[in-house]
Amino acid sequence: MGPEHTAEVTIASDLAEARRIQEEIEAALQSSAYSERDIFSIKLALEEALVNAIKHGNQMDPDKRVSVAYRISPRRFEIKVTDEGDGFNPEDVPDPTAIENLERPCGRGLLLMRGFMTEVAYHGKGNVVSMLLDKDRQEAAAE
Amino acid sequence: MSSQPARRRRLEVEDIGDIAVVNFVDKKILDEQNIQMIGDDLFRLVDELGRRKVLLNFANVEFMSSAALGKLITLHRKLQAVQGKLVLTNIAKDILDVFKITKLDRILTIAPDEQAGLQMF
Repeated sequence: MGPEHTAEVTIASDLAEARRIQEEIEAALQSSAYSERDIFSIKLALEEALVNAIKHGNQMDPDKRVSVAYRISPRRFEIKVTDEGDGFNPEDVPDPTAIENLERPCGRGLLLMRGFMTEVAYHGKGNVVSMLLDKDRQEAAAE
Repeated sequence: MSSQPARRRRLEVEDIGDIAVVNFVDKKILDEQNIQMIGDDLFRLVDELGRRKVLLNFANVEFMSSAALGKLITLHRKLQAVQGKLVLTNIAKDILDVFKITKLDRILTIAPDEQAGLQMF
């Protein structure tokens, strides 16, 4: 594999297909010598983003699809996940770390995506999420 | 659906005194159906088998997403409601960050290893 690897795939609203994409990306990250920690971070953020797109975005509708575009370079991993749902406003999601919400059983996916990636941004009506893991900035933040 | 897939075991439960020590069979705790079944098995320990002290050993677990956290919180609340206790042990560093980022490490009792966990009941 060269120093940069890009791919664009479209999958059905099916968690088994999501799993296949995750495995493909994990293999590509391993070939690009990403650390175990970085691979864990990306896998977790991707899991949360894909589950959100399939379950909440497309509501598991088999006629709706999820598109995934990613680029892996030696120091940066970028990914964009787009669903065909109505979108949402991330600011409307209650803060799951607030005392009154701590024991709520769901609503932590977005928080984990932000916690493990360098940047997470929603676009348009909220049905497109882009995520970045920048090794230089992650390492600087860890120091 | 004409046939259900065979229900396989997802938890290993060992009794140490009155403490139920639970190990996960799966390395990855993912997929709604899987998490649902793990949750059902965990809740059965409290609701049907009347266990009041539960230690969950995560030594075997390499990956876990937010979907599993809801089950742990529900288990914690069920045990609290019957004056019981839940202790989590042997959580890998990456997964420990999942608990820290979500601040669940503030409501759940987490011990570094099983020996230390057993002392917390």
